[in-house]
Amino acid sequence: MKRQGRSPTFLFSCLCFGFAFLYIPILVMIAYSFNDSRLVSVWTGFSLRWYGALWENEQIIDAALLSLRIAFVSATLATALGTLAALAITRMGRFRGRTLFSGMLAAPLVMPEVITGLSLLMLFVSLEGLIGWPLGRGADTITIAHITFSMAYAAVVVQARLTTMDRALEEAAMDLGCRPMGVTFDIILPLIAPAMLSGWLLAFTLSLDDLVIASFVSGPESSTLPMVIYSKVRLGITPDVNALAAVIVAIVGIGVAIAGWLMARMARTGAGRSA
Amino acid sequence: MSQPGGKAPANSWENPAAEPFIRIRNLSKTFDGFPAVDGVSLDIYQGELFAILGGSGCGKSTLLRLLAGFETPTAGEVVIDGVDMAGRPPFERPTNMMFQSYAVFPHYTVADNVAYGLRKEGLGKAEIKDRVAELLELVQLQDFARRKPRQLSGGQQQRVALARALAKRPKVLLLDEPLAALDRNLRERTQFELMNIQDKLGITFIVVTHDQEEAMTLATRIAVMDAGRLVQIGTPTEIYEYPNSRFVADFFGAINLFEGRVEAGDPSRIVCAETGVLIHAEPIAGQPLPETLFVAVRPEKIRLSREVPAGEGMTVMHGTVEDLAYYGNHSVYRVRTDQGKLVQVSSPNAHRSAELALEWDEPIHLSWPRDCSVVLTE
Repeated sequence: MKRQGRSPTFLFSCLCFGFAFLYIPILVMIAYSFNDSRLVSVWTGFSLRWYGALWENEQIIDAALLSLRIAFVSATLATALGTLAALAITRMGRFRGRTLFSGMLAAPLVMPEVITGLSLLMLFVSLEGLIGWPLGRGADTITIAHITFSMAYAAVVVQARLTTMDRALEEAAMDLGCRPMGVTFDIILPLIAPAMLSGWLLAFTLSLDDLVIASFVSGPESSTLPMVIYSKVRLGITPDVNALAAVIVAIVGIGVAIAGWLMARMARTGAGRSA
Repeated sequence: MSQPGGKAPANSWENPAAEPFIRIRNLSKTFDGFPAVDGVSLDIYQGELFAILGGSGCGKSTLLRLLAGFETPTAGEVVIDGVDMAGRPPFERPTNMMFQSYAVFPHYTVADNVAYGLRKEGLGKAEIKDRVAELLELVQLQDFARRKPRQLSGGQQQRVALARALAKRPKVLLLDEPLAALDRNLRERTQFELMNIQDKLGITFIVVTHDQEEAMTLATRIAVMDAGRLVQIGTPTEIYEYPNSRFVADFFGAINLFEGRVEAGDPSRIVCAETGVLIHAEPIAGQPLPETLFVAVRPEKIRLSREVPAGEGMTVMHGTVEDLAYYGNHSVYRVRTDQGKLVQVSSPNAHRSAELALEWDEPIHLSWPRDCSVVLTE
């Protein structure tokens, strides 16, 4: 079949240019993580010494573990809360204040992070004064803060799936003798599982990535990975940051691949479309 | 093929002593002040295949959902087999529904779909297995038990939905537009299958449809709905041959309507207001006739002839053929009468070459006997 319009060569070079724009910085960074030199921008030879240095660097390893722990807990709770909120909005009928509630649920998506961070900091400080909790700030406050803003993302993703789902499926289950609670477990949850997974991954990534809000609500003992990297870069870049970035890219890449495979498998077994 | 409902003991709806199986009284449902179902009263008898027919938005689906328990009535009551359904959620009603979208659970296999209601009922594993096998055989899906719905065609999914709805042996099966999503050939086959299954199981079926042909072929009785109200209830023949209003007459197939006045003193003679032609009709007994009324005549009741038709009580008009369409088994002619009224006539092509090979613009006589004139007052 003969295609009309632009030549394939032109389109192909556009594609290459686009990908180059996206990925050359990352590739350069990964390449330099294997550089032997102490200087970031001078290539002297291949070496794995910065990966070794990274492994020895307890500050970075601790920060990475802390970030992963926060991300895991906050993503899980945010998905649970977000799913409940989405269920309430899409399945509870037209209760009083529904529009306000659904608007407020989506508001954190557009709220500047600085404001979210500052307001949460003030909340934590005044709560400590009022009821003595949380005692100081640390991993717990960061986790709570991350749940607060990533819940909105999880809710939006799950809500999108719920609104496109055929209501007749739930009615059919009820018609066949299933009680409303049973419908949630038999029908709704299996069908929105892919959307919940998407929401979880989104919340996980957002939490892992967050610098601004974490800076506001963290304590002296708890620095997340983005905070450590940011402070290191301000003191002058060292090649072990490159190595760290390369490791993160690898982990994220593997994570995305697994998630894609899982979702494709769920779609194949008919567990519903992914949102 | 006989009408399955014909076997119902001596047409229970004609027997005043018969106890209705489903009794609907003054049932109403309003959505935000808009009445979707408006004071519907209806008796349906055991073993009937009852059709509720109407255009979109007439409230027929809401009526079905009220029976299934998905909507709570604003007023009125539903009694099924002597039990008042008020306040009963869908999972406590002796009804099961086949949804228009089929609503087959996509994450279950065909067998698990059919078994779902039985599992909720808490039946034993062995019994469930037997029942599922029996049902799958009934809908001819034995070989598909382990498939996922995604791997089935639309017609097969519909049969899964039917088997699933029949699994709990409901007292009433509610079917929401059961054939709407099927193509023409499959529709006809499924229609007969549905009738066979209903005949075999003796379950009362209530079918909601917008397709008058579907309602006529399937149902023992039909209720025609318009704007939330029942307009007419009757057997397919009654509704087709004796419509009680212009709405019903128009809804069921093609019809010619003549507006007219009763000729002084004789209610069997009506003068058509548009054409001035005298129309003969059977006098309506008992009720005083209004000033203007309508005479409805089905296109297949009108005879075309070149010579002037003769006979007592024949209504005769003269016109020219304006349009003709050949459908194989019958032909449809549109005849413009000399007074300018367009009349549709359909005549069967009983012989290989029509004895009356009409051409465009040919002058022709139209006639029909008096008992084919349906006098309508609304």
